[in-house]
Amino acid sequence: MGRRFSTSRVGEEERVVFMGDDTWEGLFPKMFHRSYFFPSFNVKDLHTVDNGILQHLYSTVDGGEWDLLIAHFLGVDHCGHKHGPDHPEMAKKLLQMNEMLRTLVERLGNDTLLVVAGDHGMTDTGDHGGDSEKEVNAALFVYSKTPLFGTDPPEEPEVVPQVNLVPTLALLLGVPIPYSSIGEVMAELFATDGDAVSAALQQLDVYHINANQVDRFLRSYSLVAQDLPTEELQQLQDIFSSAVEEHAQLVAHVQEEKPSSPELQARLGRLLGRFQRYLREARAVCARSWARFRPLRMVAGCALIAASCLLCYVASALPAAPDSFYRSCLLAPLLWGLAAALLLGLACAVMQEGLDLLVVSSWAAAVSQVAFFWRWWGRQPKRAHSASSHPPVASISLRQRLQACPALAFPMGILLFRCGAMFSDSFVVAEARVVPFLLASLVALLVGKLHWDGRLTVPEGPRQQLLSSSSYRKESWHLLYLVAALLLCVRLSAAFHQCREESPQCRPSLFLAPLAGLRDARAKNLFYLACVAALVALVCAVRRWLRHCGNLNGSEPAVLFVRWGFPLLAVFVACYWAVASSAEDSLGKLQELVHVALVAFPWAVYGLVGAGLLLVLCKPVTVFAKDTRETAGPIVTPYLGVASSEVDFLHVIPQIYRRMQESLKSHLERGGCGAAVAAYGLGSVYSAALVIALTLLAFLLLLLHSERLSLAFLLLFLEAFVLLHIHARARKPFSVPWYAVISWLLAASQFFYSTGHQPIFPAIHWNAAFVGFHLDHSTNLLPALLVGANTFASHILFAVGCPLLLLWPFVCEAPSTQRRKARKEPREELHEEEEHMMEMRLREAPDRFSAALLQLGLKCLFVLGMQQLVLAGMLMVPHCACWARRFLFEALGFVVSSVCLLLGILLVMRVDCAVSAWFSRLQLR
Amino acid sequence: MSEAGVRRLCAANLLRGCSVLLAATAPRFFLDGFSVLGTPLTWLCACSVSVSALSVVLNAALGPSPPPRRGSLAHKVGFLKCCMYFLMSFGRAFLSLNTFLFAVLLSTFTTLQCLCVLGPNIQAWIRVFSKNGAMSIWDNNLQITTVCSVLGAWFGAFPIPLDWDRPWQVWPISCSLGATFGYLAGLIIAPLWIHWNRKQLTYKSR
Repeated sequence: MGRRFSTSRVGEEERVVFMGDDTWEGLFPKMFHRSYFFPSFNVKDLHTVDNGILQHLYSTVDGGEWDLLIAHFLGVDHCGHKHGPDHPEMAKKLLQMNEMLRTLVERLGNDTLLVVAGDHGMTDTGDHGGDSEKEVNAALFVYSKTPLFGTDPPEEPEVVPQVNLVPTLALLLGVPIPYSSIGEVMAELFATDGDAVSAALQQLDVYHINANQVDRFLRSYSLVAQDLPTEELQQLQDIFSSAVEEHAQLVAHVQEEKPSSPELQARLGRLLGRFQRYLREARAVCARSWARFRPLRMVAGCALIAASCLLCYVASALPAAPDSFYRSCLLAPLLWGLAAALLLGLACAVMQEGLDLLVVSSWAAAVSQVAFFWRWWGRQPKRAHSASSHPPVASISLRQRLQACPALAFPMGILLFRCGAMFSDSFVVAEARVVPFLLASLVALLVGKLHWDGRLTVPEGPRQQLLSSSSYRKESWHLLYLVAALLLCVRLSAAFHQCREESPQCRPSLFLAPLAGLRDARAKNLFYLACVAALVALVCAVRRWLRHCGNLNGSEPAVLFVRWGFPLLAVFVACYWAVASSAEDSLGKLQELVHVALVAFPWAVYGLVGAGLLLVLCKPVTVFAKDTRETAGPIVTPYLGVASSEVDFLHVIPQIYRRMQESLKSHLERGGCGAAVAAYGLGSVYSAALVIALTLLAFLLLLLHSERLSLAFLLLFLEAFVLLHIHARARKPFSVPWYAVISWLLAASQFFYSTGHQPIFPAIHWNAAFVGFHLDHSTNLLPALLVGANTFASHILFAVGCPLLLLWPFVCEAPSTQRRKARKEPREELHEEEEHMMEMRLREAPDRFSAALLQLGLKCLFVLGMQQLVLAGMLMVPHCACWARRFLFEALGFVVSSVCLLLGILLVMRVDCAVSAWFSRLQLR
Repeated sequence: MSEAGVRRLCAANLLRGCSVLLAATAPRFFLDGFSVLGTPLTWLCACSVSVSALSVVLNAALGPSPPPRRGSLAHKVGFLKCCMYFLMSFGRAFLSLNTFLFAVLLSTFTTLQCLCVLGPNIQAWIRVFSKNGAMSIWDNNLQITTVCSVLGAWFGAFPIPLDWDRPWQVWPISCSLGATFGYLAGLIIAPLWIHWNRKQLTYKSR
């Protein structure tokens, strides 16, 4: 870094010349008098930047057309990254730098200061970014042809904090010190000429300026933020004011007398020391309160997460016990925790201390966890005892456990891979590709295991292979097609990836940019049509599925909403896209209309989605009941008027005939029992409500994304559907196995990336905040919600849809050829219709249903929590500041997923209540 | 299960392993600048060609199943079917040369071996690759080598995203290396496993 004193040019514009790293171009666009930028992104390229600088450096220095010359060499840094510090390449690079310095020093003018500074050191592997001694220490070399130090430079080089460079260079250049700098000037550089007293006076001057600037900053900062301790601030201010006072006195004293007595020198020295003390303490106070980690809290938080994960695991592994057990094991600890929180709050209130909500809630959580584990442990010995009293039972369970081990090991291994991948920076960068790989592996493994266990073939003796082939083909080919479809979805979804800044050669997906940015009108129209087709396909698929399940009959409000509201929603979204993508080239007159439409269409969608969700919440039962019970009323509907003509008989006779036919049929079917209600869609009433809610959410989230990502959302629904079908074929009801949960959540992360997101700040879709708003927000909450919904779209959808994992096998239970699944009432005949029970099996065993729902939720939380735990653990390890950003995204995603998971489960429970009410109404009728 | 059969199996596996090693070293004498990492595509070709040639020869020489009569129609149809299955096992790998060669290698290690031992008989394949489905030591050998090759290829994918800047960290070299090492490991493991479980196997074959 070359530099020339510019005090002679005060008032004129500084001529700043830059050469080197082109990052500066983005940071300070058009700020340089002249600039030579060279591409710096490729870490493996050691020479482009350096050679480019060297080509221009000497001629520029000799030309003299500059006041400040910045040369940012990158080769040493890149060489460290690529080869490490102890490599022949590094020696070459350092020799080259030495040569450059030697040449430069020879060419410097007398009034030029040369500052050579590194911004960081490197570890033994050549990397940096952490806070180890080797990484934070860098060299500083200052050279000038006029002597800088009054005395000989010290033998042992002084250590200078890097923040000190800012005020020093600013004052040397004659510009004000930047407002928020808390550095201390390097006084030695300002004592260049004259005797000791005048040198000290000069130093005092710069110290005075510096202290004033720091004081001003601290004052205004403490007005805004409260995180600096007041006593220390007061102390600092005392030091400052006394020092300033004495400085004024001294200056006046010197101006009067100009003596050079040793007494004055001593006073000067003391004052210098005082200024120094002020500046250093100010910096120390700031450092203490800004870079404050609370290791105890971090450890405690990690322990809490770990305990929660363990709790989830233990509770989900509990056998489907009676309801009372869950109550005692889970509800009581909750009460304990609440009690602990209350006690703690009271204690705080009594002690007159500020109530830290975080501490209280974490104590409450800890207490409830301890209570849970205590109760669980209390049950353990009993079980062991009962097992020992029946040795054969124990041995069987042991063998079963051993057999279940690989079944657990595979998905857990995949989860382990996923968590372990976070330890490696490269895997974090490549996570968008790692997650689909793991998902595909998990599903392939699952199918392989099913095949291996022979669950795809009909069980029989090994000699009858020819017979087995037919049945194998039918069932397993279906499964294999599903797997192929899943792999295809995974493959296609890779087309929607966003790029990270770490991989410069990557190009973001074509689909991420909004349509409005497309120049080619024809391509725009084609893409628009494709997006609308995706929308229509989504609506049609959902409606078709609901019709297939028989949930689209009758005139329940939710059914009507699906029939008419969904197409309307699609139309609104399509209209919004049309307006938004052509907003720029519209005519002047239409401009206002376009603005209105840009706001109106999204609001229409918001309103409709809100209404739909409310409707699903209030009346979630989409069952069409056809009552064929024998009514007490007359057989023939009363016909008003006189039965005189043939027409009247034509009216009556068919009715009598139909009635007779029906009663005969019901007698034949029911064996004389008679009363029956055909309920269409009762078998899938839970999943139908969830599917409707999911579709509504999908419309909302689609609106927040750019148009072409609707294709990704279509893929998302397709993949979720395929996953559900695979799991429905591969498991036994009433318990969701681990692989299902893990693959479901892997798919959620996969679509986080496949909807054009990355866990980095530049990749956030800020445009989402302005869908339906015309560039103004009164509060911060709404845009945060919109951007959050956009960012965590796939988390939301998959978390809300999580209960489907439990429900789907019941839905798929009935043979697919049967179009309408009817279930007959009343209850005394349930056993006759065993094969069409579907989700009503869940109502048959409400205990098992709620236990299964709870276990599903716990398993999901466990899988989500494990990733949290790993990341939180990473934060505590030094060198890992770079993970903080990732942790932020992951933690937010965790919160969103958990909340949505709870909402999904709540929706299922709400449907359960509604179905109960429906049954009781039916019985009343 | 006879001693002679096991011995034959060991010999066959030894030969196969040698062919893999030979494919990695021998071309150096004919081609300038050949090395596994330097010219991976050549190595892939050499490896697949040598292993597949050896498999076909071995199958003809000491094949476990009596070969059908030469020249018969069934034989021809069977051969065509074999080719078809072999080609089908490449999947959509025709898009790039790298992927194609990797697919050829993996198919050589898995599908071709199956074809040699079992022939184009889907039911037999399904039987062999399921629990308790292996009826002979050859089936067991097939099971183990195939699974090991696929697993090796799978594990080979893991170093790709790492930033070690090694020449073998590129698709498909690491996966090919993984598959090869997996195959070699399978060739060693299979006889050991058979030796380990020989009592159980004799019981089963009765």
